[in-house]
Amino acid sequence: MRAALRIPKLVVYVAGLVPAAWTFYLGLQDRLGPEPIKALEQELGLWSLRFLLLCLLISPLRRAGVDLLRYRRALGLLAFYYAALHLSAYVALDHGFDWTAIGRDILKRPYVTIGMAAFVILVPLAATSNNAAIRRLGAAAWARLHRLVYVAAILAAAHFLLIVKSWPAEPLLYAAATIALLAARALPAARRARTASAS
Amino acid sequence: MLIRHSPDIAPSEITPRSLYLRRREFLAGFGAGLAFAGAAQAAALAAARSAFSTNEPKTPRADVLAYNNFYEFGGRKSDPADNAHTLTTEPWTVRIDGLVAKPADYRLEDLIKPLALEERVYRMRCVEGWSMVIPWIGAPLSEILKRVEPLGSAKYVAFETLVRPEEMPGQKGLLQLLPWPYVEGLRLDEALHPLTILATGLYGETLPNQNGAPLRLVVPWKYGFKGIKSIVRISLTETQPKTSWNIQNPREYGFYSNVNPNVDHPRWSQATERRIGEGGLFAKRRPTLMYNGYADQVASLYSGMDLERYF
Ligand code: HEM
Repeated sequence: MRAALRIPKLVVYVAGLVPAAWTFYLGLQDRLGPEPIKALEQELGLWSLRFLLLCLLISPLRRAGVDLLRYRRALGLLAFYYAALHLSAYVALDHGFDWTAIGRDILKRPYVTIGMAAFVILVPLAATSNNAAIRRLGAAAWARLHRLVYVAAILAAAHFLLIVKSWPAEPLLYAAATIALLAARALPAARRARTASAS
Repeated sequence: MLIRHSPDIAPSEITPRSLYLRRREFLAGFGAGLAFAGAAQAAALAAARSAFSTNEPKTPRADVLAYNNFYEFGGRKSDPADNAHTLTTEPWTVRIDGLVAKPADYRLEDLIKPLALEERVYRMRCVEGWSMVIPWIGAPLSEILKRVEPLGSAKYVAFETLVRPEEMPGQKGLLQLLPWPYVEGLRLDEALHPLTILATGLYGETLPNQNGAPLRLVVPWKYGFKGIKSIVRISLTETQPKTSWNIQNPREYGFYSNVNPNVDHPRWSQATERRIGEGGLFAKRRPTLMYNGYADQVASLYSGMDLERYF
């Protein structure tokens, strides 16, 4: 485990951005299948959700004795970067900067509204993911603010479920993972609260 | 020793540009050919080109064969191409029953033999917002319906797809995406319309399994899911038949499902579409046309109807 803990954070950032670069490269080579724009958009959205969930995995892992806390900021920021790339693909490639169509989509289509809400939540979290912001806000206020990541994760999982026709496995599995990770924090917290009030 | 390129041969002379530009299609076609070698062999089909054909550029054959919704073989677009080779299409019978004078179980060969096959290059618009241009081979459904002699009371035509979980992996397991059999339906006048065909092939060959072998419906002014695949039963009915996507989600999928840029799917816009095989990462959407561009031929079928209500 010690070896894993010594991976420099920069490596996490660089490795984390490889899927985006690789997918974009495949797109330029016309190797993303019959609907390359959709494939790129979906891949970026999926990686955003994956990093979001990895971020939520850090605390339960710590309780299980694996401390990867020093990578949590990187994972959270990667989730934000991918959400921003996903949104950019949507605006620039999917809709060619057709702001009327985009505006209508955001207002009228619940899954887009929800995706947008998730993104809007991630913006202040990303903006305060640095030591200066923690100092400025104070640790308690900062921690309270960053609890919004749970809301973002729920919205992101719902966003995925609302896109598909019928009930395919993949979005259901991501939704289940989201619920499991949230439960993994809520249950111990509730138990702590109960023992605290009992004593 | 230096080997130098002869300066008077331009690279473009070595491979004709048109062929070079189609190299992926060629390679993919070759690969698909190999893949089929083990399964039922695609056979050449001769057909005269119909005047109903569009002159728009056809979607590359490789894309037509690789990008399919055929949930009997799985939910991903690539699943039908990966899984449908297990389907056996010989022998094949089609039951034609209900309100007809000559109900029977017809062997596919007997059903097809009297038909003069035509090539119909049609636009195909998927409800998901993408489209293709596909050279189908088939014959008007009306030819077959006339032979079985619909009774005066018949008002609708119902269709049914094969149920065979041993060969259709999407029909077994925990997460099944639709109730089986897949069912579809048309009003009788829609079914008798000259644009409506039963297809037995595409791109000059018998239908690949993933495209609905051996017999499928093509109704070019309706969303693609109305084009039911691997048909085993055609029934004439007096009442409007049930249709699979309408059963699955009545709010989102209506019986008619005519292509209409002005009536959105509840979750996404239908105003534009993406033509498959057109322009890679930076391709533009194109506007979706009323009745998928077949308004001149079919709009009269729906005159006076509230298309928001009968979507
Ligand atoms: C934290 C923010 C977000 C996350 C985690 C996220 C995640 C996802 C995921 C997982 C998918 C499905 C990928 C797949 O089908 O494999 C998706 C699809 C999609 N997202 Fe997002 N999303 C976010 C924000 C947004 C925003 C802000 C928009 C637009 C305003 C948006 C628009 C879309 C669209 C249009 C699709 C469907 C793409 C398609 O299938 O054509 N998303 N997103």
